[in-house]
Amino acid sequence: MQIATKEHTAVEMVKAALEKAKQYEDYHVFVSLNEEIALKKAAEIDAKIKKGENPGRLAGVPYACKDNFLSKEGNTTASSKILEPFKSPITATAIKKLEDEGAIMIGRTNMDSFAHGSSTENSYFGPTKNAHDKTRVAGGSSGGSAVAVALGIVPFATGTDTGGSIRQPASFNGVYGIKPTYGTISRYGVVAMASSTDCIGFFADSAEDLDLLMDICAGQDPYDMTTLPDYYTEEAPHSFNKVGVIKDFDLSKVDPEIKAAFDHKLETLKSMGMEVVELDMPALKYALAVYYIIVPAEISSNLSRHDGIRYGYRNEEAKSLDEVYGKSRNDGFMPENKRRIMIGNFVLSSGFYDAYYNKAQKARTVIIKQYEDAFKKCDFILTPVTPNPAFKLGEHTSDPVSMYLEDIMSVPLNLAGIPGVAIPAGETKDSISLGVQLVGPRRSDKALLKVAADIAKQEEK
Amino acid sequence: MKYEITIGIECHVQLATRTKLFSEVDNDARDKEPNSCVSPVDYALPGMLPRLNREAIKLAIRAGKAMNAEINPESRFDRKHYYYPDLPKGYQISQFYHPIIGEGYIELPTGEKIRIEHAHMEEDAGKLNHFGGYSLVDLNRAGTPLIEIVSMPDIHSAKQAHDYCKELWRAMVYAGVTIGDLYNGNMRFDVNISLAPEGSKELGKRAEIKNLNSFRSVERAVEYEYKRQSKLLDKGEPVRQETRGWNDATGETTFQRSKEEAQDYRYMPEPDIPPIRLSQEFIDEELQNVPLLPKDYRAKFKGAIADDTLEILLDYPQLMGKIAELSAGAIKFVSNLFASVLLAEEKSTEMLNNLPSAKQLEDLSEMKDKGELSSTAAKEVFLKFFDPQMGKKDTRTIAKELNVIQENDTGALEAIVDQVLADPACAQAITDFKNGQEKVIGFLVGQVMKASQGKANPASAQQILRSKLN
Repeated sequence: MQIATKEHTAVEMVKAALEKAKQYEDYHVFVSLNEEIALKKAAEIDAKIKKGENPGRLAGVPYACKDNFLSKEGNTTASSKILEPFKSPITATAIKKLEDEGAIMIGRTNMDSFAHGSSTENSYFGPTKNAHDKTRVAGGSSGGSAVAVALGIVPFATGTDTGGSIRQPASFNGVYGIKPTYGTISRYGVVAMASSTDCIGFFADSAEDLDLLMDICAGQDPYDMTTLPDYYTEEAPHSFNKVGVIKDFDLSKVDPEIKAAFDHKLETLKSMGMEVVELDMPALKYALAVYYIIVPAEISSNLSRHDGIRYGYRNEEAKSLDEVYGKSRNDGFMPENKRRIMIGNFVLSSGFYDAYYNKAQKARTVIIKQYEDAFKKCDFILTPVTPNPAFKLGEHTSDPVSMYLEDIMSVPLNLAGIPGVAIPAGETKDSISLGVQLVGPRRSDKALLKVAADIAKQEEK
Repeated sequence: MKYEITIGIECHVQLATRTKLFSEVDNDARDKEPNSCVSPVDYALPGMLPRLNREAIKLAIRAGKAMNAEINPESRFDRKHYYYPDLPKGYQISQFYHPIIGEGYIELPTGEKIRIEHAHMEEDAGKLNHFGGYSLVDLNRAGTPLIEIVSMPDIHSAKQAHDYCKELWRAMVYAGVTIGDLYNGNMRFDVNISLAPEGSKELGKRAEIKNLNSFRSVERAVEYEYKRQSKLLDKGEPVRQETRGWNDATGETTFQRSKEEAQDYRYMPEPDIPPIRLSQEFIDEELQNVPLLPKDYRAKFKGAIADDTLEILLDYPQLMGKIAELSAGAIKFVSNLFASVLLAEEKSTEMLNNLPSAKQLEDLSEMKDKGELSSTAAKEVFLKFFDPQMGKKDTRTIAKELNVIQENDTGALEAIVDQVLADPACAQAITDFKNGQEKVIGFLVGQVMKASQGKANPASAQQILRSKLN
């Protein structure tokens, strides 16, 4: 990643990024730009460099921030109406770590409202367009961040991945994306979607850049009890040489061009001397059902705080307490938000809890066990990220279940808390970007990024 | 018809931690401006996560010991959902499935045991202040750590309900779990009451009286409910399962909401807090920090302090603490002073927070024992201990300044006696005494006291008088 120097100043870098952001306005990448503060910060970095002080490992690097990270700059809207007026008094741990290293947020990127979705079409502010085909979706929920990197506006962007929200848009736009091991990066200050599956991660142009960002942001945070003790920087990555391929993922239902891209990537791994191991993972077929029980349950709970009382949007015509709640939430949430709140409330309600939520938790345990068994036979697993390439805008909006099915290969990782790295895998004949993902055991993030980097080197040969 | 009453009590205890259960702001909001003890976690800013207060876990361990219960080595938090403006997250973090404290019991002074079903940790909600046409939310209390202690339906009278609450309060205060300020809601009681015909094996439908904050109101509410429910049953009308409030002014319970309106709390494991796993070492260490409990004091002072005096004093942990510091010889005397003098004073509450040192009290006891102070003088000196000017001085100095030390010096006393006997005003009395009029001795002792300006020990004076006159 290019960092600011005396010759190549932070102000120039930030200005260039802001110009590009405006040039690509019609992609609707950003919810808001952060021009004034970004330039001021860039000037501060340049002053540091002039004085010979250490400006940090990301000195002057402009980045794009998914709009669900709290920071004192601008409003944190989570691309929703209910948080449209919300200005945060605190800064998320991850953002603080990036900025301590000199990174400069140039703007907040569009997303599915509260990260509910796989296309960024559920944004209150309208959809983001695919970086390589404006008639297609950017993917989601971190669509804006993926496109910001794919269009070359910024060298990296932050994202969150609850069921594929980094890996899927990364592969739809042909960039690298990491969903780390659950608990690697603090969730403090990030608008919660589903607490037990939410992961903070990044988009970048290379595995090496992702490694640097992980190195900076990973680590235990006293403000997030679910963070793991520091491991990322301390452990030398294992050398991975056995790749697993899941037999049960019925590749015949996968788009032929994705299958071809997958096979091609497997050939590359073989050419690197990797041994291929076939895996039976029958429990994975329940992952989507399990995911769409547990995640809405946590969503319904986490969104309860948006009640129009203390911050955010309130319907001013409400005449009673019930109306403040009802009208503010009805106006403030998108249809997909409401759908998930309804599902969540249903599966948690008395009489249904055991049949749905509890059963799903048990199935989740089985899925975790299945991955543990798989990683006794192989070092990592290669799978497609999605069954189909980036779809057309509006193609799935009237059929939520068909949209959910696009997550079938990404959600199992979130249920198991294991890391995944999406890497570019060529494109379709219509020039639509494709990707595959490398999936590893818990805490293998660094080793996965190393494999990803090695693949890129092998492909350059 | 006669009915048997069955009562179960849920008690919320606010823990005396420095900071809140999940954030680092001041937990003691008394006398503070509304919403001044509130962090972004407490007002549920998006992206905020709970950070569990270790101190609260320690106090829960203490509470477990105080109710003779096991501490569960693994417990978990759950979310309890409902919408109300005093509940910022839209859910309360509580323990529904895996509470920290298991089964236990509280033993009443009568020896009866009331079983505890379990006790769990949770956060308190904020408060609504209602004004004409609008309400304001104060979140100072939101996030205060609580334990909720759930009794078994082992209570069968208003008096027993009162005694259980009081004994529970004592146990929690002595263990250092709570400040126990009932007026400020540090402990609040929800009382479930049902009636069934005497001898019936089935329990009746119960009413829950919410949010009682004194032992007396618990007792009165039970008495009222007994009357209300028995009247209904006598008329053949059903008792409805419902929640009722207590009006202390009218002495009545009033309908709040019925069981049908009961909410579905949609309990769910709290994903932001990993399970709490406590090592035996950690538990044992905290158990050792538990100060003496009421039952320990009862055992310790059996015989040294009269039972009824002890039960009075047990309501005042400061007094028991002080008594425990005393040497054995002073205990009985000082406990009686505490019970009969201090607690009778109008300003006793203030005095309790400003107790004399053990040394002062021991000296006082000793001077009394040696006859240097009369009972009246001892009481006078004792009260001076609380005097802002004199209170810190040692006992003898205070007694001297009050000029109340009795003359025990036989030589000096003999001189005074001689002086009195030589006084012509006493000649008649001396003659009368010698002629067998015993009671005249009182007059002569009085003269000695007068001559000594009240400092003479009357018993010694009488003894010397007699020896000189015989």
